[in-house]
Amino acid sequence: MGRSQLGLALATLMLFAGGASAADVKLVYIGEISGSIAVSGGNFRDGIILAVEEINAAGGILKEKIALSQLDTQTNPGVARSQTQKAIDGDPYVVLGPIFSGNVKATMQMLQQAEIPHLIGGEAGELTALGDRYLFRTSFGQQIGMPKIANYIRDELKAKTVALIWVNNDFGKGGRDNLLKQLAERNIKLVADVSTESGQVDFAADVVKLKAANADAVFVYSNEEECARIMREARKQGLKGPFVGDTTLLSQKTIELAGDAANGVQGHVGLTADAPIPAVAEFTAKFQKRFNYKPDHNGIKGYTAVYAVKYVTEKKLGKFDRKAFAQTMHGLTITPQDEPAILIETTWDNTGEIDRISFLAEVVAGQQKITKILPKLGK
Amino acid sequence: MADILQLLVAGLATGAIYALVAIGFTLLWQTSQTINFAQGEFVMLPAFFVLIGTGYFGLSFWPAVALATVVSVVVLGLLFKRLIVDPMMRHGVLPLVIATIGLAIFFKEAVREFYGADAQPFPPVVAATEVTVFGVTLALQSLVVLAISIAAVVALQLFLSGTRTGRCMQACAQNPTVARLLGIPVERMILYTFLINAALVTLASILITPIYLAKFTNGEWLGLYAFIAAIIGGFNQVRGAIVGGLLLGVIDNFAAAYLSSQYRMAIPLLILIVVVLVRPQGLLGRIEERTV
Repeated sequence: MGRSQLGLALATLMLFAGGASAADVKLVYIGEISGSIAVSGGNFRDGIILAVEEINAAGGILKEKIALSQLDTQTNPGVARSQTQKAIDGDPYVVLGPIFSGNVKATMQMLQQAEIPHLIGGEAGELTALGDRYLFRTSFGQQIGMPKIANYIRDELKAKTVALIWVNNDFGKGGRDNLLKQLAERNIKLVADVSTESGQVDFAADVVKLKAANADAVFVYSNEEECARIMREARKQGLKGPFVGDTTLLSQKTIELAGDAANGVQGHVGLTADAPIPAVAEFTAKFQKRFNYKPDHNGIKGYTAVYAVKYVTEKKLGKFDRKAFAQTMHGLTITPQDEPAILIETTWDNTGEIDRISFLAEVVAGQQKITKILPKLGK
Repeated sequence: MADILQLLVAGLATGAIYALVAIGFTLLWQTSQTINFAQGEFVMLPAFFVLIGTGYFGLSFWPAVALATVVSVVVLGLLFKRLIVDPMMRHGVLPLVIATIGLAIFFKEAVREFYGADAQPFPPVVAATEVTVFGVTLALQSLVVLAISIAAVVALQLFLSGTRTGRCMQACAQNPTVARLLGIPVERMILYTFLINAALVTLASILITPIYLAKFTNGEWLGLYAFIAAIIGGFNQVRGAIVGGLLLGVIDNFAAAYLSSQYRMAIPLLILIVVVLVRPQGLLGRIEERTV
């Protein structure tokens, strides 16, 4: 083959190889597309996809289309690390995810060292206390949500004793530790402390332990699938509630999987597709039309994360600068007036912790019903 | 006392499922020297056939179950034997074992790819209510699962010992050469075993999936527990599989309740090690000898 023919062949190959053109802005989603947290990871991913499609249809960010890559952590920290290295090698502008707090902990240092901003879905309390200047939440940490739900248990349920069932991973441990502290401060006694495993399917023995505790309220803190299985087993064995939780117990996926067993559960939700806010309702309708299922809070997290990237880059920076992006995010408030697709006014503090209004809710006839709106902690 | 009874019933119900699946292991081993490491995925699949029947073909639950049963028996019984077991068996047991491991991965990833990675709700056979028995509140679902499993096992035993076909199948399991000499169509009897296994795993799937939800990973732990149950009970005895399954279900539940949820998986594995060391043929198994 002559030189010119070789050059033409190479040029043709390069034309068809790879998806991103030189002018695209690279976003990478490192998330739980399979494994025990696939429910959350899939929702988050679809929220991102919806936002990327909208932004690209409107011209992209600073006239550059978003090239989105998806890397599956398989809900495994070892895999998450190798996927993160792969992402870093591709020199992305921003990384979105992971959602599983264990995977966030396993990968955050790598992204911090590479100075790549990462908007995570993890909610374990300690994530924003580890000094990572490039990490930003897309939903409340547990240290924000647990005081609110503890107040609800004390003031609305008037419960003096609580039986707790929780998942033994970073998310569950962090939530448990936060909750125990809040309950102790309010003189509410913990009469059962049942730890379960991520991906566990049989909860018969655990529910028997909860029944034996005979508590005023049962607090369920696990991932969506496990919450659904716990509720099914609880109803099967006639465990009396009230059942209380934070976000995952009342999420759309839990309600779908648990069916009638979810009716009557109550709790705090940081974000919900059932929020009585027109912008959220509009997002929910768009998401449902695009993906044929109702999003849970993770879908909102993924969607608003991409729009936060767009807002900061276009309105605050006017350029693609990862370091400046991270610096700008600290102390930033984005209102729906600034960026309608942020849906709810959102503030990030100097640790990357997020602050928004939140909600108390109850599941009634298979639907999450908001019973109260709680204000932002700051401002 | 009430707690113990509730744990016992829940454990027996779960154990009955393990027993159904473990019986499949032992039947296949006895008649055709097949160890099917895709057995767990065989239990996972029929639930998705039902969901396809209700979701894509618009059938109501019981017609979808009937359709799923037919599809499962054809795919997991007939096609499995003709396309995987028969060609691989010529090369020995180990290649067949590896082929079934590959089949397990194929089924799991196929469901993940074409149906989804999320867990799916599955309609229960009976409502999730409780009943009071001798003053103790028990879950109706657990009692029904136990009752149906016992009925299935009794029916199978009656079939194997009380019908001509069943006795022919037992003869093939004991000595296929002599069975052939006696005019028993050995190949057909082996095929029946595969079809019975497919029916048993379908039944196990319908009973267990409402509780555990339909998910592509369900086969991993179920196959492992059933395999352990079969070894503990005795890999060459159907009765051993039943005892092993029930024992495992009860021990697992009590271990989780009174020892530790975190280490509940360790207890069955410890029992497995002890049985293999002390009584390798299993609790009810026969010592197998070969003449050289």
